[in-house]
Amino acid sequence: MTNILAIERLTKTYDNGFVALKGVDLAIAQGEIFALLGPNGAGKTTLIGIVCGLVRATSGKVTVDGCDIAADYRRARQKIGLVPQELATNQFETVLEAVRFSRGLFGKAPDPVHFERVLRDLSLWDKKDQRIGALSGGMKRRVLIAKALAHEPQILFLDEPTAGVDVELRRDMWEMVRRLREKGVTVILTTHYLEEAEDMADRVGVINQGELILVEEKHALMRRMGQIRVTIGLAQKLEAPPEGLSDLPLDLSADGTTLSFTQKGEDCDDRLGALLKTLVARGIEFRSVNSERSSLEDIFIDLVGRRR
Amino acid sequence: MNVYAIRAIYINELSRTWRTLYQSIASPVISTALYFVVFGSAIGSRMQAIDGVSYGAFIVPGLILLTVLTESVSNASFGIYLPRFLGTIYELLSAPISAVEVVIGFVGAAATKSVILGLIIFTTARLFVPFEVVHPVLAFLYLVLLSMTFALFGFILGLWADGFEKLNLIPMMVISPLTFLGGTFYSIDMLPGVWRQIALFNPIVYLIEGFRWTFYDIATLAPLISLGLTVAMLAACFAVVVWIFRTGYRLRN
Ligand SMILES: Nc1ncnc2c1ncn2[C@@H]1O[C@H](COP(=O)(O)OP(=O)(O)OP(=O)(O)O)[C@@H](O)[C@H]1O
Ligand SMILES: [Mg+2]
Repeated sequence: MTNILAIERLTKTYDNGFVALKGVDLAIAQGEIFALLGPNGAGKTTLIGIVCGLVRATSGKVTVDGCDIAADYRRARQKIGLVPQELATNQFETVLEAVRFSRGLFGKAPDPVHFERVLRDLSLWDKKDQRIGALSGGMKRRVLIAKALAHEPQILFLDEPTAGVDVELRRDMWEMVRRLREKGVTVILTTHYLEEAEDMADRVGVINQGELILVEEKHALMRRMGQIRVTIGLAQKLEAPPEGLSDLPLDLSADGTTLSFTQKGEDCDDRLGALLKTLVARGIEFRSVNSERSSLEDIFIDLVGRRR
Repeated sequence: MNVYAIRAIYINELSRTWRTLYQSIASPVISTALYFVVFGSAIGSRMQAIDGVSYGAFIVPGLILLTVLTESVSNASFGIYLPRFLGTIYELLSAPISAVEVVIGFVGAAATKSVILGLIIFTTARLFVPFEVVHPVLAFLYLVLLSMTFALFGFILGLWADGFEKLNLIPMMVISPLTFLGGTFYSIDMLPGVWRQIALFNPIVYLIEGFRWTFYDIATLAPLISLGLTVAMLAACFAVVVWIFRTGYRLRN
């Protein structure tokens, strides 16, 4: 697969001396959905800002589909659409005017068919002649997305697209992201809702204090870092944990009615199977088996927490 | 050249004017009409002609510039300051456009509006006093040049300002008084010795003199000096704008 975005040794020191990025390397494949996670102030918006031309890099190299963002900024930027974190709109424009303006800025002739498609996809078509100032916050965010898609970019950056957005819009948005992916558009998003990254992303990057501490395929990450916690409700009280299962860190609750263990790594399912077989073989009856897999959120808190 | 981008900015800016049509057009027209009632008709009728031009006609070029210069500055400065203030500047910065294209769009729109205003004021003036323009084509071209120069200056102001007060400060505290004292209502030859010397430090004196020359072929200063000064101002403003975009001053951090 070709890399649509390549970032090499990127650093950013703001004028006040604050080092926001400390040598970030990242390659994104065409058509990928990439989630950039990190606590507040980690440098996510700074990173996106540099790629999109809002922030000057202090050092490092960024290419978009082979075009350098500085030397070949016209071709590089034409491929990018950005939905910023902050809601910035011109209240007096109508929705359609705003979208047409965006497409023009990116050097393309107006395309009414495309405008209609984008606005319909975002449920904005019936609002196309309304002033943006008269729209609700969620609708304004849709307008920003429509503007970012107005010039048919190959990469879409969504900087916290679902902050302060209701469930329906969030669902619509992910629906839209899936459709974009089908068309081969690469989507790079930042979010604080980890279940979103869990649902949507192909790969996940975790950034903390200006360093990209991890980039991994989502499933691999969850297999490697995830853990499973199994709780077994017993039919009869046990005095002590069953013996002969010493390779599992089994816990017996104080009242002797539940057995539980927590296991990291990939083979937890096999282990659970083995445990249940053993219990049956020993004639230990159980009423319930409950297993909880840790979410990306737990992994994330764990990762960032350990670095602190 | 990203022509679509220039067009998008230009149309967007002019439609902003369109949305505020009354403020944009009505207020300068009304204030000019008042000037003519007071200075043109009421006082002007008791003034003697200057260099063979009736007083009412004499003040027309200066009055046009009084509005055109301040409007050019405030329009262009507002045009670029507003997106900075609203945060919508992100779109301009992330678009595949060069500094020159941005400037053409904003400055072009502001200058266009000023020229239209100038023509409206000209027509309004014509209702109050009779006059003929000796060099109409030169007058028009010079009006365009002046509008562009001051719009470019306004563009710089809009990039520099970090509050709405500063936007209004320069047009109100600098451009307007200098134009007022710049020979709109009198010929600098009418000033007593030392004041005439001081007046020559006011660049707007030269601009009004030059513009009046295109109207009536009268000038106490050579028209070429006026033209040279205007072109120099335009070039200086342009250089500053290019520098701003190169360094990202107040635009990119
Ligand atoms: N213009 C600036 N000048 C100085 N420091 C800045 C500037 N912009 C951002 N920073 C700092 O850089 C760091 C990274 O900011 P950035 O906005 O990239 O974080 P983020 O990961 O997007 O955070 P959030 O999740 O809150 O959006 C922060 O500590 C911030 O204070
Ligand atoms: Mg951010």
